[in-house]
Amino acid sequence: MRLSYPSNVKVIQVPCTGRVDIIHLLKAVEDGADAVYVAGCMEGECHFLVGNLKAKKRVQYVKKVLQELGIEPERVEMFNLSAGEGPRFAEIAREMVDRAKALGPSPVKMKKAA
Amino acid sequence: MSDLKSGSNLEKVLMAGHFALTGECGPPKGANVEHLKEKFSHLKGVVDAVNVTDNQTAVVRMSSWAASALMIQNGVEPNFQMVCRDRNRLAMQSDILGAYAMGVRNMLCLSGDHQTFGNHPQAKNVYDIDSMQLISLVKKMRDEGKFLNDEDIDGPPKMFIGAAANPFADPFEFRVHRMGMKIAAGADFIQTQCIYNMDKFRAFMKIAVDMGLHEKAYILAGITPMKSVGMAQYMAKSVPGMDVPESLIKRLRGAGKGKVAEEGIQFAIEQIQEFKEMKGIAGIHLMAIEWEHKVPEIAERAGLLPRPKV
Amino acid sequence: MIIADRKPAGELLEMVKDCNRILILGCKGCVTVCNVGGTKEVGVLASILKIARNKEGRPLQVDEKTIERQCDPEYIAQVKDLVGQYDAVISMACGVGPQFLSEAYPDQRFFPALNTTSFGGALQHGIWSERCAGCGTCLIHHFDGMCPIARCSKSLLHGPCGGSARGKCEISKEVDCIWDMIVKKKMEKGRLEDLTKMKPNKDWRTARDGGPRKSVREELVQ
Repeated sequence: MRLSYPSNVKVIQVPCTGRVDIIHLLKAVEDGADAVYVAGCMEGECHFLVGNLKAKKRVQYVKKVLQELGIEPERVEMFNLSAGEGPRFAEIAREMVDRAKALGPSPVKMKKAA
Repeated sequence: MSDLKSGSNLEKVLMAGHFALTGECGPPKGANVEHLKEKFSHLKGVVDAVNVTDNQTAVVRMSSWAASALMIQNGVEPNFQMVCRDRNRLAMQSDILGAYAMGVRNMLCLSGDHQTFGNHPQAKNVYDIDSMQLISLVKKMRDEGKFLNDEDIDGPPKMFIGAAANPFADPFEFRVHRMGMKIAAGADFIQTQCIYNMDKFRAFMKIAVDMGLHEKAYILAGITPMKSVGMAQYMAKSVPGMDVPESLIKRLRGAGKGKVAEEGIQFAIEQIQEFKEMKGIAGIHLMAIEWEHKVPEIAERAGLLPRPKV
Repeated sequence: MIIADRKPAGELLEMVKDCNRILILGCKGCVTVCNVGGTKEVGVLASILKIARNKEGRPLQVDEKTIERQCDPEYIAQVKDLVGQYDAVISMACGVGPQFLSEAYPDQRFFPALNTTSFGGALQHGIWSERCAGCGTCLIHHFDGMCPIARCSKSLLHGPCGGSARGKCEISKEVDCIWDMIVKKKMEKGRLEDLTKMKPNKDWRTARDGGPRKSVREELVQ
């Protein structure tokens, strides 16, 4: 479709969001990502039946962990859209970038010694 | 049921065939003896014995045996309660001896509400033996003069043994059997949980009478007068094992503002009249919780006064 | 299996607050089966601790390893050359693991990552429930395969108590009344008289009340 989305979003493709596990989301945060989100099929339309529901639970778990550690849980999010919704994909990307900007840089980014 | 087992007033009243009346008193949350005396003073001469609760609903209060001893010193006969939640078999046998030495003659054996209900939910659970086994233990101490380990007791406690029955807990079909088991284990008298669902209770008593249980132990029907619609709703929803029919809540609501307590007392008095005639019922256990001062009035209006002198 | 839950991150961070490098040691036994202390969970905990410490500006090096079990000396011996390299080691096994490790390697500090709770099994994936209290004198044959010691909140042998309502325990609607289940099964199978017979008082000597227990198979001891 050649729609543009912000260049500071790194896309990692997976065959199904069910493949995304808790450790992947945590590693992103650990390595300093300001935000990380999972974009899966509409609920009920997962090609692999319940992969997107598993991803949803895992995102919820990571949100709880972040809350426990005093990090904004909004930095991690789950979205659902269908494969053909190009504009929605771009819209989500812009939404998360705006959200990351509003929240500020991740508090986990290693503070460089003065 | 020929010779007296304990010689307590309650036992003598029941043996003589009178319709018994027992009351209840929760000890204070402290060592405030005046407060305790004030509470049971309403019941003096009005009931045949007063139940003294044991850390009821797992809330710490003055111990039952101490409050019982104070009652005796003030001319009121206690019905000393012991729960299985807080004491192991050593402490139980020890407290039974101590209570008897202080003049206690009636004892009610209960499981006890779980400590999560109370004000010290972090406490360790004891439940070394259960209420059935506690009844059996008291009977062994009384009739065999032996401790649980078969050693002889230097001065056996001759208690009149009571147990509780809840016709409204589940499964209903088993409740009469369980009451029968308690009687077989040694219970001389039974006090039921407070009754509101009269249909269910009539069904329960029919089975009990068919089994001949009323001839083996004295069954006292439990009554707690409803003070307010809020109380009725709370008991209906939040107290496990309590059965409050919607019809009663409606009746209370219909009484109108300021008249609900009187309606509750009316209902209690109607129940008492029915229980006087009901086969198998040997008396009433009136639990006017935090309403002890109403007991003389209810007893009077229900035609239960004066209490028999035996 | 032995069931456990992970301690909150805050508690673990407090345990290792003076450390710069730690090892998290997982276990492929019970804690893997109940998804709380196996390889995956070790990885997740390592990341969580690193995230927290990065945020504080005091990075923590966290190594990860998972061994077969932490309740047999042969497996504990496998980490002999590893455990000394750290400021402390977090064991993600049940309560046995950190203790066996501490005994074998007295110069190292071993912290428990888990709160071990009970013996039980899975009701479905993700939900584990207590079944056995380890009383040392199993009586489930008297109760048609159900244990009132572990599953009755009051460990009654002549239940149910007066608080049993609609099949649930008085302490919570989430807890089934095991006595309701026992009575119904006995009634269904025509074995109600089993329940009306008095059971003897429980001998708690074989339970934890009698002191820490040891099991010996004479025929196997060298």
